[in-house]
Amino acid sequence: MTPLTVRVQSEDFDLSGESRTLTEGRADVGAVVSFVGLCRDEAGSLSALELEHYPGMAEAEIRRIGETAISRFGLLGLTAIHRHGKIAPGEQIVLVIATAPHRQAAFDGANFMMDYLKTSAPFWKKEHRKDGSSGDWVSAKDADDRARDRWMD
Amino acid sequence: MVKLVYFAWVRERIGKGEEELELPPEVKTAGDLIAHLATLGEEYENALQFPKAIRVAINQEHVEHDEPIAGAREIGLFPPMTGG
Repeated sequence: MTPLTVRVQSEDFDLSGESRTLTEGRADVGAVVSFVGLCRDEAGSLSALELEHYPGMAEAEIRRIGETAISRFGLLGLTAIHRHGKIAPGEQIVLVIATAPHRQAAFDGANFMMDYLKTSAPFWKKEHRKDGSSGDWVSAKDADDRARDRWMD
Repeated sequence: MVKLVYFAWVRERIGKGEEELELPPEVKTAGDLIAHLATLGEEYENALQFPKAIRVAINQEHVEHDEPIAGAREIGLFPPMTGG
């Protein structure tokens, strides 16, 4: 069984520890690709993003995407962690780590995972502003849909 | 009775996160459900006035609007997702 770890949590995560868990004691892993998504503040006016999720479905959907990624790219391991709750600029939001015998599968697996996670995993971001006002819900981007759609052929 | 759960601005506009409702027999698909809910009051109408912007999950799996809802235990309605 290929190890697939999925967690939805409010706490922060540790990239190096999670990566070690996927590679420790294994001689067949030749490539590890990781992605960490951070909360960013382009305009300088953001105090936090609040991430709402659909409990139960969020884990189930990420797991479904992960199982597809493992079989499609022949991954040796996959870890996906997504945080919820209030997250300040500079803090970590999401982690994906894919391991494989060779680099291309690991790159593709992590990339596929993020493209589907962004468009299919039930999470929503709301902005909180530094002036104390509650900002808008972040809008879904067509570019994210196009990034996902390039995997469909 | 079916359990309905709402998220993000759909939840905010309707003014609650979940409820249990008895649905009339003519409500057969996810799309019918959105159209029916929109008749239940101003807050529902406001949340659901653009049905194409509403995503639906039945028993915690994504479905299209033409999906039959017969036998559903839980139906989620929410905007396009913005995680990651």
